[in-house]
Amino acid sequence: MSEIALEREVDRSHMQVSDKVAIQISHMNKWYGTFHVLRDINLSVNEGERIVIAGPSGSGKSTLIRCINRLEEHQAGDIVVDGTELSSDLKNIDKIRSEVGMVFQHFNLFPHLTILENCTLAPIWVRKIPRKEAEETAMHFLEKVKIPEQAHKYPGQLSGGQQQRVAIARSLCMMPRIMLFDEPTSALDPEMIKEVLETMIQLAEEGMTMLCVTHEMGFAKQVANRVIFMDQGQIVEQNEPNEFFNNPQHERTKLFLSQILGH
Amino acid sequence: MTDIKFVRDAMVEEQEPPAATAGFVGWIRGNLFSSTLNAILTILSGGFILFVISALLPWIISPTWNAGSLRECHEILAGHEGACWGVIRERWLQLLFGFYPSELYWRVVLDFVLLIVAVAPVLFTGLPRKMLAFSAIYPFLMPWLLWGGTVWLPIAVAFGFVLGFLAHRFAKPIIGGLGGAILAFLVPVVWWLFLAGPVSGGLASVLPLALETVESRNFGGFMLSITIGVVAIAISLPIGIVLALGRQSDLLIVRSLSVGFIEFIRGVPLITLLFVASTLLNIFMPPGTDFDIIMRVIIMVTLFASAYMAEVIRGGLAALPKGQYEAADALGLNFWMSQRLIIMPQALKISIPGIVSTFIGVFKDTTLVSIIGLLDPIGLSTTIRADQNWNGIVWELYGFIGLLFFIFCFSMSRYSMFLERKLQTGHR
Ligand SMILES: Nc1ncnc2c1ncn2[C@@H]1O[C@H](COP(=O)(O)OP(=O)(O)OP(=O)(O)O)[C@@H](O)[C@H]1O
Ligand SMILES: [Mg+2]
Repeated sequence: MSEIALEREVDRSHMQVSDKVAIQISHMNKWYGTFHVLRDINLSVNEGERIVIAGPSGSGKSTLIRCINRLEEHQAGDIVVDGTELSSDLKNIDKIRSEVGMVFQHFNLFPHLTILENCTLAPIWVRKIPRKEAEETAMHFLEKVKIPEQAHKYPGQLSGGQQQRVAIARSLCMMPRIMLFDEPTSALDPEMIKEVLETMIQLAEEGMTMLCVTHEMGFAKQVANRVIFMDQGQIVEQNEPNEFFNNPQHERTKLFLSQILGH
Repeated sequence: MTDIKFVRDAMVEEQEPPAATAGFVGWIRGNLFSSTLNAILTILSGGFILFVISALLPWIISPTWNAGSLRECHEILAGHEGACWGVIRERWLQLLFGFYPSELYWRVVLDFVLLIVAVAPVLFTGLPRKMLAFSAIYPFLMPWLLWGGTVWLPIAVAFGFVLGFLAHRFAKPIIGGLGGAILAFLVPVVWWLFLAGPVSGGLASVLPLALETVESRNFGGFMLSITIGVVAIAISLPIGIVLALGRQSDLLIVRSLSVGFIEFIRGVPLITLLFVASTLLNIFMPPGTDFDIIMRVIIMVTLFASAYMAEVIRGGLAALPKGQYEAADALGLNFWMSQRLIIMPQALKISIPGIVSTFIGVFKDTTLVSIIGLLDPIGLSTTIRADQNWNGIVWELYGFIGLLFFIFCFSMSRYSMFLERKLQTGHR
């Protein structure tokens, strides 16, 4: 729950929220067995939005963003991603997954493949891009996350921060229109958190649509255009960051903020 | 209060390690005499090894190579203890080839040399990938070389796979993935059952390209063990993978079938399956069909090995973190892609020791076929010992057989260690 200081001013010139809807979730419900984990979720995300989702442990943040690319199945309500409705139709699921990138808390790199192979695998097999071209794209993104020199190493030989940046590059190689982040920094040491956040800010500056589950409130203040607070499987409050942090309305939000910000 | 301030004024140069920790003396000290207990153990086991060798060597070094019978051995040894190696000299070819016609031994030898050529590119990725084309042809070449007969039969059988591929390729866009898969299965089966025989027969009468036929009952010795073992090993791995996946499937029918098969096969001794192969199967066959006994045995051993393989691979699958599946899904890989590219390479790698243990077990279990009357080395040893000349010989025969098995199994085990080291990519 630290607040890592980011040294530079964020360049907002390309951070424009368009009025095109990227994700539309309406009256979505999900149960794990009999446990009602997500309750009546309504959320509309426009292209270019940078949304931070916060909330206590077990509130359903991970479950929510995992529903967006069908790592979890919802039982009621609708989720429409980029005009494609998420149903049990495999074609739709594949289409959505190749347009939505996801970064996990524990990186989930493929340990038996080199960094470069990690990045080229999906473009080659899913997008059917020629190997050479895929490798060029991969090197481009590896340069962007500042680790091109590690391309031929294996994930096990990299630090946590480097691995997470590779994971981001791996997602970007699929040219996603939306990026989901599930606590990308919470398995990292402070020094590494900074390098990963720096990468994420860079991405935001380029106008990527992002949904981030994170406890990095500094990141939320600087980058997000909207903060969503969840508790007990529901969206309790959402607002633009300044208002959210300085003027929380709901009791639970106030309690949560006082706990994580320590005042 | 002491002064805690410290500044180094001269840097320490790199130095040789003390003699006691490096070199030969260092190694002996570290590994054999590192403590009193260790020293005692070293001396005791050294003594034991010396004792065994001094007892065995005189027995092994025995001038009986040319003896023609056990009696001659006794005469040569004149009351001393010693092995009777004459039996190995006289029968080693039989122990290797069974009753395969001696003028056709070259076919068996060629077959196994080609086996090495076919397997090499699979085992060692450093070799040119083009060699894999030969590995693909080999399964059809191998039975033809061993059993002989017309060349058209293996070609017709191979053609079935081509048909299946074509059916899949051209039917899929028209009738969809599932229909394509069913057709890809049905077309070759129909071809094999009803057409392959007549077609190859027809071609053979036009252009008779044939090798002299060798009957299955002439097969024996190590060549029989290797044939059964290699085929069972090669086929059980893919079947095992499919069964392991089936056992994890979300489809109830697929899962129950896989579990049922695995548990049934694992619950029955191999010897029972072999008896089924040798007697019962014939009852179920239409009268007059002569389904080759070696084929039947190979099928049973393969099924047996597959069930064990499936469980070994399931262990590997279970050891993979869920995140690997999720990452593959999130990147848009479909089920087969993620199995092939992400899950299986890792699961198989984790399971290498178990897989190789199963391979070794299967190879050694091939000796059980002696019980249903096939003349593998063990079966042959019984025949040899029933011979007047060699009646009473035990250690020499079994020692020889044991040595050959050991060479094979030990190489497999060394290869598995090599593979594990090679695939080590530093993940925990
Ligand atoms: N596969 C599952 N089966 C049953 N219950 C689950 C499963 N996964 C999560 N849950 C439960 O659902 C609830 C929400 O889980 P979720 O992982 O979405 O929380 P979260 O907000 O991401 O928490 P954290 O901050 O700890 O990651 C939790 O109570 C959790 O115990
Ligand atoms: Mg979570």
